[in-house]
Amino acid sequence: MKPFTQHEGLVAPLDRVNVDTDQIIPKQFLKRIQRTGFGQFLFYDWRFREDGTPDPDFVLNRAEYRQASILLARDNFGCGSSREHAPWALQDFGFRVIVAPSFADIFYNNCFKNGLLPLRLPGEVVDRLFAEVQRRPGYRLTVDLESCEVRDGQGWKTGFDIDPFRRESLLKGLDDIGMTLSKEMQISRYEQKIPGYMVPTEA
Amino acid sequence: MPKTLFDKIWERHVVDEEPGKPPLLYIDLHLVHEVTSPQAFEGLRLAGRKVRRPDLTFAVVDHNVPTTDRNLPIADPVAAEQIETLARNCRDFGIRLWDLHAVEQGIVHVIGPELGLTLPGKTIVCGDSHTSTHGAFGALAFGIGTSEVEHVLATQCLPQSKPRTTEVNITGRRRRGVSAKDVILALIARNGTDFATGSVIEYTGEAIREMTMEERMTVCNMSIEAGARAGLIAPDETTFAYVKGRRFAPRGEQWEEAVRDWKELYTDPGAVFDRRVELDVSTLAPQVTWGTNPGMGTDVTGVVPSPEDFADEARRRAVERALQYMDLKPGTPITSIRIDRVFIGSCTNSRLEDLRAAAAIVRGHKVAPHVRAMVVPGSGLVKRQAEAEGLDRIFREAGFEWREAGCSMCLGMNPDILQPGERCASTSNRNFEGRQGRGGRTHLVSPEMAAAAAVAGHFVDVREWF
Repeated sequence: MKPFTQHEGLVAPLDRVNVDTDQIIPKQFLKRIQRTGFGQFLFYDWRFREDGTPDPDFVLNRAEYRQASILLARDNFGCGSSREHAPWALQDFGFRVIVAPSFADIFYNNCFKNGLLPLRLPGEVVDRLFAEVQRRPGYRLTVDLESCEVRDGQGWKTGFDIDPFRRESLLKGLDDIGMTLSKEMQISRYEQKIPGYMVPTEA
Repeated sequence: MPKTLFDKIWERHVVDEEPGKPPLLYIDLHLVHEVTSPQAFEGLRLAGRKVRRPDLTFAVVDHNVPTTDRNLPIADPVAAEQIETLARNCRDFGIRLWDLHAVEQGIVHVIGPELGLTLPGKTIVCGDSHTSTHGAFGALAFGIGTSEVEHVLATQCLPQSKPRTTEVNITGRRRRGVSAKDVILALIARNGTDFATGSVIEYTGEAIREMTMEERMTVCNMSIEAGARAGLIAPDETTFAYVKGRRFAPRGEQWEEAVRDWKELYTDPGAVFDRRVELDVSTLAPQVTWGTNPGMGTDVTGVVPSPEDFADEARRRAVERALQYMDLKPGTPITSIRIDRVFIGSCTNSRLEDLRAAAAIVRGHKVAPHVRAMVVPGSGLVKRQAEAEGLDRIFREAGFEWREAGCSMCLGMNPDILQPGERCASTSNRNFEGRQGRGGRTHLVSPEMAAAAAVAGHFVDVREWF
């Protein structure tokens, strides 16, 4: 996994609560067996009209947000389906950070597995950022995972809390399967004491 | 110290714990389907890794499969490739697969319990958010992403930070015509789609104890719609009676040993949850959702709300947007909403009891002329049993389509989708924008309510039909 240490980028505002993973990537695009190339389908039903032309009103279609790499969102972002295609699509589209007051659990977890940072900030801070994005065209943020700090170029900054282990894994781009495999002894020992009835056998 | 049911299962499964790291949890059962697994198997290949416990891993095709004649080739080449990829992966890695032609084939959360793979006290994962269904047995069951699917395939373990716990105490006796689906829909409507984020729910109370296993599965299934990591119900005699004799369930002495262990799986008196929520179902009415998330619902006797009814600005805008998408006006009585389609199916409501309940309403009636209605049994075995009881005839004679098993129109990955603007009474679990097809409008209801709506052509209070 690609490490994440610091990212500086343009902020795009997606001012909706409860954005579910069906919106992030609709089901008709889940049939592909690859991990890449999902960016073109991101927010498909919102980005494109029924005739396939881009909807100019949707935020990510507006010229000023073309280059955005930080998505500013609202509560419960990523709720619904467990599809990891959601973070794959966001990342493939060019996002490196999603900022929101809260995230759904599975989505939150999936982001970390892909080097995409889901950044939880308090509701009032997120409100302020939405206001800033409105007020200042081209508003950019720097998200520094090493110092756990977010800042803009105007002198504003705030710290953030993140689980230390998740932070470490992102900073180093750790292979967590490799880490678990190194516990071979503990896993084998555990397996020896599993009751026999737990292992499915056919009548 | 008194422990919760969740604590007991969790503690039994910790393989390793290091300070500053999430505990490593052992996974007893891994269920795999075609949509969220191809990239995981590919990851194993790239790293030269094997599946650690193929004997604890079971696969089935369900999400993208057609529900029409299984002898016809699959029309969608991308879907066909995904199905073939699962078959190849299962062959290469030695995993048992129930394919399109197996009678056991069905929705992964229907077949796990049905085959006796789902047992109390197990940890169960699947690359699907509705894995919470299996919690009805007192198993800790949760949905995972594809990277975690790969992790479990390779190691049979998952590093997991310990979730919080929420007790949902459900009291009172449901009236006739009020189903388990109405209980969970009401719970989410009253508490929000994220009230349990970051926590595992344990459902307790007399209303839960009186439920059948299939009803408990309906409740636990939609725990994820409350944001919960998992839903749990302590196993009891109802659970044991359901599990006993199933194909993969323990037998003989192992059965005795298992039941002895399972009887320890309850929350000790005095154990503390991080949070407690109450719901009294004695006055509960059948529920119908009017919006674009499962929490946007109300009593069938109610009306479509107005954005002004909501204090919070963000919610107000969400409601406004939802009503626009759903093409509904505030103040409209729910029973005057006319429908075009009916879908009875999904991991929430496609089991035998669901089909029996719907058939009992439909019997002797006809589907309204402007409505297209279909029943998609949860599995091949459910379908077979339903046919043995003659339920298929009741549905067919009323004008329902009777399909093969799969996820079908719950998420519309297969050809079963709504057309833009079509309005559907659906027994599934999500009414998100476009979920059942772009521009489609989904109203979540119970099987009884869906059946009655099919006949009437609009929502009706099914309690008046008994």
